Amino acid sequence: MYLPDFEYFTPDSVEEACQLLSKYGPKAMAIAGGTDIVVKMKKEVLAPEILVSIGHLPELKKIEYVPGKGVVIGAGVTHNEVQNSKILQEKYLSVCEAAHQMANNQVRNLGTIGGNISNAVPSADMPPILIALDTTVKIVGSKKERTLPLEDVFKGPNQTVLEHDELITEFVIPDGSFTGSTYLKFGLRASGALAVVGVAASVQMDGGVIKDARIVLGAVSPVPLRAKEAENLLKGKQASEELFEEAGVIASGECRPISDIRASAEYRRDMVRVFTRRALLKAVNEGHV
Amino acid sequence: MAEFVVGEDGIKRYLVSITVNGIKYTKVVKANSLLVNFLREDLNLTGTKRACEQGDCGACTVLLDGKPVNSCMVLTVSVDGREVTTVEGLASNDKLDILQEKFIEHSAPQCGFCAPGILMSAKALLMKNPNPTEYEVREAIAGNLCRCTGYVHYVEAILDAAAASQERKDGKNG
Repeated sequence: MYLPDFEYFTPDSVEEACQLLSKYGPKAMAIAGGTDIVVKMKKEVLAPEILVSIGHLPELKKIEYVPGKGVVIGAGVTHNEVQNSKILQEKYLSVCEAAHQMANNQVRNLGTIGGNISNAVPSADMPPILIALDTTVKIVGSKKERTLPLEDVFKGPNQTVLEHDELITEFVIPDGSFTGSTYLKFGLRASGALAVVGVAASVQMDGGVIKDARIVLGAVSPVPLRAKEAENLLKGKQASEELFEEAGVIASGECRPISDIRASAEYRRDMVRVFTRRALLKAVNEGHV
Repeated sequence: MAEFVVGEDGIKRYLVSITVNGIKYTKVVKANSLLVNFLREDLNLTGTKRACEQGDCGACTVLLDGKPVNSCMVLTVSVDGREVTTVEGLASNDKLDILQEKFIEHSAPQCGFCAPGILMSAKALLMKNPNPTEYEVREAIAGNLCRCTGYVHYVEAILDAAAASQERKDGKNG
C-alpha cells in the first residue's frame, strides 16, 4: 500500500515544531511513532499535506524523577520504553504493566505515550492508569503553554482540548499518597486486541481502611471516565470483597458503553462490575503503585 | 531539517542515509515512502513481507536500531541515520543464523509467509534474553500472525535455538 504525497519536516525543537504547525494550519499534523497516523492515512481517514516529525526530539524522550514534583515522562517515550524504565518499575509498576498491555511488541517499540493520549481513542490503555494516579499534562503551543489534569484533556472519541498548534510535551505523575494501583484490561485476545473494558484503580490505605480511591474506566464511554460515585462509596470504609462488589455495581451504572463488534453495551456494563471489583482487590492486596 | 531537492513534478525528495544489514545506503526518497516499500522496491530486499499493512500481522517486522518494528508503518525519512536489519541480514558468510537452522530442523513454517517476521521477532528476543521461557517466546512473537501452524513448532524451534546457542557459547568458553 502507498501513501499520497506530503511534505515532511524534521524540526530541531518542540518550539520549532509548534511554529510549523501554526504556520501551516490544519493541513499540517505532528507525527511521532506513526502507528495511528500512517494507518489512518492508508485508510484515507486522514490526508495531511504536511507532517511535522516530533518523535525524534530528545527533549520528549526523558523519563526522570524530580523530587517534590514527581515522575516526568516525555510525550515521545514509547510504550516499551515506559515498560522497561527502571524509574517507573520502581515507583509506578502499574504504569509499566499498562504500557505492556498495549497492542504488540512491534507497535510498542514505535507508538508513543503522547500519541496514545493525543489520539483520544476511548479504548486506549494508558489514560485510565495515568488518570488514576492524578497525572497532569504539559501542553505547549506556538504562543503559550499550559498544564492540565490529564482527565480534562479528552473531549470525545478522537477529540482533545489540544489546539492545532499545540503538542503534549510531558506527563507528570505527582508524588502522591496512593499505596496501591493497577490497570486491568479485558480484551478478546491476550495480545493485539483493543480493550473491551479497561479499569484502573488506585487506593490510599490506612491499615484496612480506604482513605482515598480512584476508579477510571476505559472503553465504556466517549472519554476515559472517573467512576466518582463508586469512589465516594469506598472512602472511609473498611476494605472488603463485598464493598468492592458494591463499588463495581455502582461503577457499572456510571459508565456509558456502546455496542460494537467487540461486545454489547450490556456485556461491557457487567464486565465493568467484575473488573472494578478485581482491580480494587488487586490494588489493595498487591500493595504497589 | 533533512536535506531535500524539489523534483520537476514539484514534489520534495529527501536525502536519507540508512544502514541496512551493515551496508550504508544513501538514497533520495519521497516523504510518503514506507520503510517496507523502500526495502522491497528500492533495495530489492523482498524477504520482508507486506500483508495487513496496519501493524497487526507482523509479516513486515524488521529490526530498527535492534528493536522489532512493523516496517509498514514507518516512514523511510524517519529512519535517516539509523540501522535496519532485515531477514536477509541474519545469515552471515552463507551460514544460516541458528534460528534459521532450527526453523528448518523443526519444519516450523508451513506456507512461510510469516516466517521472516517471526525470525526477526525471535532474533530481537534472543539478543535481549538468550535464555527465554516458553511464555516469553510466545509473548515475543505475539505480534506475528501465522494462519498455518498454530505456532507449536515455531515456539519449539526458537527454544531449541536458544538452547543450542547457549551450548555453543558454553562450549567455546569451556
